[in-house]
Amino acid sequence: MTTPLIFERSIPGRRGYRYAASDVPPIAPVEVLPAEHVRTTTPAWPEVAEFDVVRHYTRLSQLNFSVDTHFYPLGSCTMKYNPKLNERVAAMPGFAWLHPLQPASQVQGMLELLHGLEQMLCAITGMQAFTLQPAAGAQGELTGLKIIRAYHQRRGQRRSTILIPDSAHGTNPASAALSGFSVVQLKSGPDGLIDLNELKARLNGEVAALMLTNPNTLGLFERQIKAITALAHEQDVLIYMDGANMNALLGICRPGDMGVDLLQLNLHKTFSTPHGGGGPGAGPVGVTQALEPFLPLPRVRKRGRQFAWHEQGKHSVGRVHGWFGNVGVLVRAYAYIRTLGREGLVRASETAIINANYLKARLRGVLPVPYDQHCMHEFVMTAKLLKAQGITAWDVAKRLLDYGFYAPTVFFPLIVEDALMIEPTETESKETLDQFAEALIRVVEEARQQPDTVKRAPRRMPVERLDEVKAAREPNLRWRPAEASCPTAPHG
Amino acid sequence: MDYAPNTDQQLKDMLRTIGVGSFEELIHAVPGDVHQRSLHVPHGLSEAQVLELTESLAARNIALPQVTSFLGAGQYHHLVPTAVDALSSRGEWLTPYTPYQAEASQGSLQAIYEFQTMVCELLGMDVANASLYDGASAVGEAAVVALRATGRNRLLVAEALHPHARQVLSTYLQGAGAILQEIPTVNGLTDLEALAKALKDDVAGVFLQHPNVFGCLEPMAQAADLAHRVGALFAASVYPISLGVLQPPGAYGADIAVAEGRCLGTPVAYGGPGLGLFATTQALLRRMPGRLAGCTVDQRGQRGYTLTLQTREQHIRREKATSNICTNEGLIALRATMFMSLLGPQGLRELSEANLSKAHYAASHLQELPWVRLAFDQPFFNEFTLRYEAGITPEAVNRALLKAGVLGGYGLKTWYPLLDQHALWCVTETLSRERIDAACEALKKVRA
Repeated sequence: MTTPLIFERSIPGRRGYRYAASDVPPIAPVEVLPAEHVRTTTPAWPEVAEFDVVRHYTRLSQLNFSVDTHFYPLGSCTMKYNPKLNERVAAMPGFAWLHPLQPASQVQGMLELLHGLEQMLCAITGMQAFTLQPAAGAQGELTGLKIIRAYHQRRGQRRSTILIPDSAHGTNPASAALSGFSVVQLKSGPDGLIDLNELKARLNGEVAALMLTNPNTLGLFERQIKAITALAHEQDVLIYMDGANMNALLGICRPGDMGVDLLQLNLHKTFSTPHGGGGPGAGPVGVTQALEPFLPLPRVRKRGRQFAWHEQGKHSVGRVHGWFGNVGVLVRAYAYIRTLGREGLVRASETAIINANYLKARLRGVLPVPYDQHCMHEFVMTAKLLKAQGITAWDVAKRLLDYGFYAPTVFFPLIVEDALMIEPTETESKETLDQFAEALIRVVEEARQQPDTVKRAPRRMPVERLDEVKAAREPNLRWRPAEASCPTAPHG
Repeated sequence: MDYAPNTDQQLKDMLRTIGVGSFEELIHAVPGDVHQRSLHVPHGLSEAQVLELTESLAARNIALPQVTSFLGAGQYHHLVPTAVDALSSRGEWLTPYTPYQAEASQGSLQAIYEFQTMVCELLGMDVANASLYDGASAVGEAAVVALRATGRNRLLVAEALHPHARQVLSTYLQGAGAILQEIPTVNGLTDLEALAKALKDDVAGVFLQHPNVFGCLEPMAQAADLAHRVGALFAASVYPISLGVLQPPGAYGADIAVAEGRCLGTPVAYGGPGLGLFATTQALLRRMPGRLAGCTVDQRGQRGYTLTLQTREQHIRREKATSNICTNEGLIALRATMFMSLLGPQGLRELSEANLSKAHYAASHLQELPWVRLAFDQPFFNEFTLRYEAGITPEAVNRALLKAGVLGGYGLKTWYPLLDQHALWCVTETLSRERIDAACEALKKVRA
């Protein structure tokens, strides 16, 4: 059962919010603006009452799976519980209602928080300095690549390529291309890890950086990480680490100690800020001392007991955000780290790793795990054996929805055929993991015995399987009042 | 305090099921020389302790509702209807991921589809995406579209485009081999003669802001026409709240419209999260960065929504993607959707007119002071540049005003060194006449 569009609830003249009557002499636009500037059309926004809006968006919310309502084993996304406390902190007027151009003297508490967050991220990662500006992981990558370019340029070198393992997230090559680099793909070794011989063959004076993920997208720790970083550094190739999987490493090891030169963290993954249905996130970038001069500006500094924004730095790559980054997200991450503290952070990673390995053990023999070792925080199975029945990982994912579980990440990483990538996180209980394992076991049984049930799934969702081909071939990206352009007026 | 539910006994049992004797065995792949066991962050705190700590930090900030603020300059303080907070804080909105599994994400997808529709209507454009990070990065992404769509390499950017947006644009273009050229300002407006002169056939795009950083209304239609004559794209950066009274970008022929949309229903929050609005023409649809939700049918023919045209995106196209963006500003876009629904067209018009009226009221009263002049003789919306005379500086003015609980206009010297006697004043619906009058009274006490 779907629900009508808010536009279809519109009644001309109905109102949902009113502003106070004007306490200054009202001015008609034409009195003070030349006619060419005055709007002549009315945007076709809905005309609805507050209660219409409340009921509509409450109903819509109920059509979603979310971490609060369902287990969300989405690999590489770290869908952990988002503590309610952090929402309360971020909503405090002293954080939520600040203007970015208020003088530093009026925002000392905010600056102290941001400074404190930077310090804690340095301690957790072993990096020398952080910028909090990037608004998401991919913008963090972009920032990192600009820093890499600036670093080599400063040394009089124009290096044009970035090495990226074939198991990497799609944002890595996209960020590299957007920064004017060409991408050379590194073929993974038979163990799913970076192959040292392949790396040696690809390293040369044209390479600006190696962009790696550790643990990688198979959930495996790069056990040769020290040798990898040493090899790269011999040729002045920088090591960029995609920190998307940092939830496996808290208190266990620090990228700075592995020889990583710079990395981004995804605060909406490791540090529990809510994903919001696709953001806002935050992607702070940490660097070594040698790269600190290239960080974006401004940076928060402590002088004596006072905090201030520092705007100067001739080697900086410049701004990447209009202001200081997604501050509301940074406040939540600060509250999270202070709540867990050193003991809680270590326990988070340990439990995330145990949960992943436990789930992998519960599923032993159900579907193969191509690179089968003890994993870190996630693992990747393949559904390729179900191909004989015409079933893909996509079908398995859809059928899991019917059992009340969000789907694993599918078809990724690309080096595993028909991949199902599962990350349970530390905040799921053993009972939930057991239920999920039983559901997946049933889905695989169904795939073998009654494949049509799986192929036609989901059946218990608000809609059945959607026609994605039609969506792409005949793009319908907005509602138009005249045409009633959406098919089949829904009920309710 | 932590949020991991499994007890020590459960963890022990789980290790046994895995077939290892200890946790250490699980992480044998982590070499001994990088394995660390001391984490130098403070010890954990209880919920009450975290509240006490953060409340004390928050108390050391002056929140906008406690004062009379005339600060704008790219971030605008507007009212947020209570229903927006109440609805958007539901866990079903706050805690899902990007709606890749469409059937389990119909709420998010339908809301994005509604958002795209409302943004198109607001901006007068054909298609809008599901959001970008903020207004500044939207300018950067628009530049990438212009360069790739035209195959040219020069971008003309108004000096009166917000300096932070210009800085982000410049960062985005490092390594792209593009040339950024600034078009100067005359009497508060982009110099059309200089623009015409700079428009050669190597120009990919022209970028103007409307109202511009000085609050003045730019000659958008003429600038768009000049750009189109040489085959360049015209991109407009606009202020959503102004569009209840001002012409939308579609009306003056913009090819790309971008905006900082956070003002639609989300508090300023010290400048972030923002909400990058990005809309364009049908012709540029397939060059669009970011996610798009589309309407389709399910296998029974029932209406449903899904992410679509994903072959533009990084998770499919990798280095050939139109952008690297993945996570965007979903929740802020949702809040904007709720805000736009609550206001409706009539509410937008009233909000826009309230801003216009209050700003003009304030501007005329401020000019009653003998040392205050409107810097530019141009029409404006809710923000205007004042020039102080008689040796009075913006710093002195703001120091004096702060004592009366007023945040005065932003001194423009930081951004435009020649404008050292100039300050940018913004008046929104949040200021009552009483507060505006009180600020004018307080200004009377300012001396050089």
